[in-house]
Amino acid sequence: MATRKTTKRPNVSAEELKTYYREMLLIRRFEEKAGQLYGMGLIGGFCHLYIGQEAVVVGLEAAAEDGDKRITSYRDHGHMLACGMDPNGVMAELTGREGGYSKGKGGSMHMFSKEKNFFGGHGIVAAQVPLGAGLAFADKYLGNDRVTFTYFGDGAANQGQVYESFNMAALWNLPVIFVIENNQYAMGTAQQRSTSSPDIYHRGQAFGIPGEMVDGMNVLAVKEAGDTAVAHCRSGKGPYILEIKTYRYRGHSMSDPAKYRTREEVQKMREERDPIEYVRSLLLTGKHATEDDLKAIDRDIKNVVNAAAEFAKDSPEPALDELWTDIYAETAQA
Amino acid sequence: MPTEILMPALSPTMEEGTLAKWLVKEGDAVAAGDVLAEIETDKATMEFEAVDEGTIGKLLVSEGTEGVKVNTAIAVLLDEGETAEDVPAAAPAAAAGDEAAPAGGSAAPARRKRETADDSAETSAPEPDWPESTKLRQQTVREALRDAMAEEMREDDRVFLIGEEVAEYQGAYKISQGLLDEFGAKRVIDTPITEHGFAGIAVGAAFGGLRPIVEFMTFNFAMQAIDQIINSAAKTLYMSGGQMGAPMVFRGPNGAAARVGAQHSQDYAAWYMQIPGLKVAMPYSASDAKGLLKTAIRDPNPVIFLENEILYGRSFDVPDIDDYTVPFGKARIWREGTDVTLVSFGIGMKYALESAENLAKDGISAEVIDLRTLRPMDTGAIIRSVKKTNRCVTVEEGWPQGSVGNYITSVLMQEAFDYLDAPVINCTGKDVPMPYAANLEKHALVTTEEVVKAVKQVTYS
Repeated sequence: MATRKTTKRPNVSAEELKTYYREMLLIRRFEEKAGQLYGMGLIGGFCHLYIGQEAVVVGLEAAAEDGDKRITSYRDHGHMLACGMDPNGVMAELTGREGGYSKGKGGSMHMFSKEKNFFGGHGIVAAQVPLGAGLAFADKYLGNDRVTFTYFGDGAANQGQVYESFNMAALWNLPVIFVIENNQYAMGTAQQRSTSSPDIYHRGQAFGIPGEMVDGMNVLAVKEAGDTAVAHCRSGKGPYILEIKTYRYRGHSMSDPAKYRTREEVQKMREERDPIEYVRSLLLTGKHATEDDLKAIDRDIKNVVNAAAEFAKDSPEPALDELWTDIYAETAQA
Repeated sequence: MPTEILMPALSPTMEEGTLAKWLVKEGDAVAAGDVLAEIETDKATMEFEAVDEGTIGKLLVSEGTEGVKVNTAIAVLLDEGETAEDVPAAAPAAAAGDEAAPAGGSAAPARRKRETADDSAETSAPEPDWPESTKLRQQTVREALRDAMAEEMREDDRVFLIGEEVAEYQGAYKISQGLLDEFGAKRVIDTPITEHGFAGIAVGAAFGGLRPIVEFMTFNFAMQAIDQIINSAAKTLYMSGGQMGAPMVFRGPNGAAARVGAQHSQDYAAWYMQIPGLKVAMPYSASDAKGLLKTAIRDPNPVIFLENEILYGRSFDVPDIDDYTVPFGKARIWREGTDVTLVSFGIGMKYALESAENLAKDGISAEVIDLRTLRPMDTGAIIRSVKKTNRCVTVEEGWPQGSVGNYITSVLMQEAFDYLDAPVINCTGKDVPMPYAANLEKHALVTTEEVVKAVKQVTYS
């Protein structure tokens, strides 16, 4: 099966294109800022940036409806911004402050939003996959027609629990979209060194789960594939697999010098396949926007991100009492 | 010489069963592999086959007899040329058969008799969980657990049971007997053999607003799923700043059963007790099994519910009360005493109570505390008791290093040091993987003799 690169000339409005541009740019600028704050010592521990992969979450969120759920691993900032979580709260969690989504107790890898149906933020590679299938199980049990986007990487795709989840999701017809964000490196291990067969989406065939490969640098292709997957799940046909080929520009985490690939490889992707540049060129060549329009968006985003950084610096550290809260939910009084 | 056909043991923990039906009659010729009888255990009805050929000379135990002990002779097989007259006059088996009641009675007298010892221990409990006038009925731990789940499932549609063989097979240990019939396949769900996966799916379902009860066929298999239990279920409430957690129960038999070897005999009490975010219950009696499981299902946190295969078939008094629950974090004092405090939980209580009984004969008065839940742990009850007795021995089947007893000891050192007249002794299982050989296995577990000896040591008697 060929990679989905968008079928015909996509039927996409100027407004949609601008939204994609804006949302992808927000993630990129946010991540760049996070990188800066990390360098300044304001963010600690592990911090995994999403730069280069923006089209994946932005395209799929465009296919989602209210009430749909999402869950992912620790490279999660992009997913949070794309589903509408507040950049201030996300950044303040990165700095470990009271104003963060988890009151500073989760950090970069562990954020959640009940309001936005964002279920984390999980640090153990592939553990989110059965959890995502379980969210879909709950929707099916409760009889609503919501779907769950369960994101994981090409590295996670080699964990056993992924296939345990595929089996049960197919067996029980769960409305879950397994989104494999294939950025081609499992930390420092290139896909051909870790994965016996290059097409991960084929692995669903063993369970009767349809799947397809998608060009993850093209937000329109991702959106289109997302629509297909959502329609499949929502109509009760069970799980669907999207293997989305993407690329991360930065190292695995902040401390990764990325010596396992060449500078040229990264440069080539940035120059030829950048997902934001692609939408930008569509906007300009289609005369949907002028350079000035786009500059205005850039300025807006810059302001949003700067405000988030300021908020994250100014928000106080959590009170020491917070150490002892949220360990147990309170038992209802009989 | 005629061959005796003996009552078979059809599971590792079976001690007796019901001879439900004879499929042969006296005078029938049988060949190896022919089904001779149907034997009912508390878990299942099994067909019992002949292993030798011959003629059925005599049926020694009549159809419908309950409480037939394993290894009782139930029939005699004649070889060529032998006649029924060759059968020894008084087959030792017959006695057991005569003592048992015919089928149809509410409980076999043989069984009732065996449990008298338990009853006496139970009635001596100074802090009953129910008013004195409450009507009691005898129930097995197995039935109590099933009733707890059924009652909670009737009350709350979000509660469902998921695990291996819980539905159509009626539970590997028959804890979910009848639940599929009552609640249907939507709420009683058989899984593939995939502990890591289904535990994760259940945690996700809890995030999504349901109240899963996950049955592990045994907690040994939960090691495959322990990442989901600890990293996903126990920690999410904290990591999310209180936004979402996993209201659910992980339950199943824990610890040694009988002769099932090293990989199927581990006690996980001390492991799970260590994890903030989890609650851990480990009942001994049927009433606690019922009351604690109902509390566990209602609890908005992940609860580890450690059962014991050997206790499943034991009967205890259970109060006939609508909606009987037992709160977490409240120990039960089974026996008041003045000379030493015995602290235990789960099947450890068997040794603690036996020891107390034996010690009483030597004039040593032991107070016996059943913790019932290990997290939260009612350390207050232990400290109050030790302030009275000034001595403490803990009893558990788990391993010694990092044991539950170790923790209790450290609490006593820090909070009741001045009241201790002797070092606290932890009676535990031995520091070895569980051996298979019967004699070694018995020795690998904690023994009543060891508990008695420890008490004598701390009481300097």
